[in-house]
Amino acid sequence: MTQYFRYILRRVLLMAVTLFIIITVTFLLLQFLPGSPFANEELLTETQLALLYENYGLNDPIYIQYFNYIANIFKGNLGVSFQFNNIPVTQIIANRSGPSLQLGVQAMVLGTSVGIVLGIIAAVKQNTWIDTFTSTLAIGGRSVPNFVFAVLLQFVFAVVLEWFPIAFWRDGFLSSVLPTVALAISPMAEAARFIRTEMIEVLNSDYIELAKAKGFSKIYIIGKHALRNAIIPLLTILGPVTASLMTGSLVIENIFSIPGIGEQFTKSILVNDYPTIMGVTIMYSVILVVIILIVDILYGLIDPKMRVVQGGK
Amino acid sequence: MSHTEIAKTSYNEQILNQTSQLDDNLFTLDNRMKSAKNEEIIAPTLNFFQDSWRRLKKNKGAMISFFVIILILIISIFAPFFAPHDPNAQNPAWSNLPPKIPGLEHLSWFNGMSVNRGGALIDSYEQASVPEGVYYYLGTDSLGRDLLSRIIYGTRISLIVAFAAALINLVFGITYGIISGWVGGRVDSFMQRVLEILSGIPNLVIVVLMLLVMRPGLVSIIITIALTSWITMSRVVRAQTIRLKQQEYVLAAEVLGQPVYKIMLKHILPNMMGLIIVQVMFALPSAIFFESFLSFIGIGIPAPNASLGTLISDGYKTFRFLPHLMWYPAAVISIIMLSFNLLADGLRDAFDPKMKE
Repeated sequence: MTQYFRYILRRVLLMAVTLFIIITVTFLLLQFLPGSPFANEELLTETQLALLYENYGLNDPIYIQYFNYIANIFKGNLGVSFQFNNIPVTQIIANRSGPSLQLGVQAMVLGTSVGIVLGIIAAVKQNTWIDTFTSTLAIGGRSVPNFVFAVLLQFVFAVVLEWFPIAFWRDGFLSSVLPTVALAISPMAEAARFIRTEMIEVLNSDYIELAKAKGFSKIYIIGKHALRNAIIPLLTILGPVTASLMTGSLVIENIFSIPGIGEQFTKSILVNDYPTIMGVTIMYSVILVVIILIVDILYGLIDPKMRVVQGGK
Repeated sequence: MSHTEIAKTSYNEQILNQTSQLDDNLFTLDNRMKSAKNEEIIAPTLNFFQDSWRRLKKNKGAMISFFVIILILIISIFAPFFAPHDPNAQNPAWSNLPPKIPGLEHLSWFNGMSVNRGGALIDSYEQASVPEGVYYYLGTDSLGRDLLSRIIYGTRISLIVAFAAALINLVFGITYGIISGWVGGRVDSFMQRVLEILSGIPNLVIVVLMLLVMRPGLVSIIITIALTSWITMSRVVRAQTIRLKQQEYVLAAEVLGQPVYKIMLKHILPNMMGLIIVQVMFALPSAIFFESFLSFIGIGIPAPNASLGTLISDGYKTFRFLPHLMWYPAAVISIIMLSFNLLADGLRDAFDPKMKE
């Protein structure tokens, strides 16, 4: 067990280093960017500019600015947006995280659960039409870009059939249906493919053979014996799936006009709103790194095989 | 007891003749039995790639994809030859024309007709006074540029980005992986820690930051995509290097004093070629996706050049009224990515038949 704690400790340390590097690199990159943070400089007099520079601490040497920036991050202060009415970046993120979080969680739940079910059926009924259907869905989900899929959904279900609102976030759950499906397609494809491979491997193992010989029902065997072992490795795709949901939300939120972080992020990129870009960047990195860490820790706890391997090292 | 007479038919005579011959030869060794030919392998020997090719040929989806990819490659390499118009030539008088294809004019999709604001079906070509015999196979965009030509050139740009990014990814990933795997020890664990840290950074973040610092353009997009994709490649190569390093023939080459670079080129790399090819094949569609994604959110290829992503993004803006401007490039990008994915899957199964079972 001490081995395991040392492992966790190492992971946490690595996580801290990762975040530190991300923050440092974003800070340094900002120094290379051309121009001054004050968008309408030409209207300001020399004295005003000097005052502004003094006020925001831009006259300090870079290392002092850097320490200030790090210190501010620990205080939860990510700076002030240049473009959007001088609102603090943390407030922008806070205001907009609701829809993004809802969308992300819904897509994650929908995608993985449907993917797991499809993957299991495909593995149990190998080489039948449902298996072919799942493989087609899996390869389609990887091949059709999510923004194309989103527009297709929007066209069919909102424009032609008028079942769901075309865009905006006004109609509660109903307006979240299409974006959720659009966002869920890639995790669904990923989970289905993954579970299918794992299940086939597990179903061919000796202990399933034994369970069959004991005369357990098929459903019992799949639920109690096979699924348990097949689902543990699914944890490992949680990190990549989160990353792809973040990427996906950028386009999906734009297409469906959802006031989320992704939409804000693209807007900020297009108008060079550096503090917001940095803030969102750092937030995305923190989320991803923390999720990867949690996955690694859980994996060690759940899967005894992993523990032995780590203990043996 | 008289023994039975053998009827003197020609058939029986033949048999008797043959038996007497057989008696003579029965105790002498047949030449064939002695020769080494006896143990010769009659089926043709196949090397790794011939064997894989044989397996790949059985996979229908992969083979169709293979030919689709070759076709698309030919069209995009010889784009000036295939494109009916100049992709950047603007002609505001002939803007937003619907598709019209000679010979297919009886189909409502390709007859050059469109619904005007009043809801009536009109011949847009006649209204824009386009002379008879001028066709825009997939219509024109809002600046009167030919959509088909733009799609052909857009495919070319998307593919250039994908292949260039894959090439950098290949060189960098292989070098990093081989050094890490071959040298081992402290160097290896240091290089692996670096990888662990890098893989914690979301791709999106790297891409956005790089594009903000560099001027947007073809080169910066290629570099950013390559930057985010080499990690998997180097991990695969490292694992293979460590596995191959322990093989006897590598040890033998080392003992015989082969220089390290020769061992790499002659023993290590050829033996992991299959895995590398599969990795590259998977990297291509994801590079195409990332490029189109960047173009869609507006930080991709700058105008007037267009990639497939830019075309989709432009088409989306007028998609309620001119849906074909979006659907055609979207269909092309989906077909390309589907083909690459199917071929990559097929290659993976062909190179490693154990994986499939």
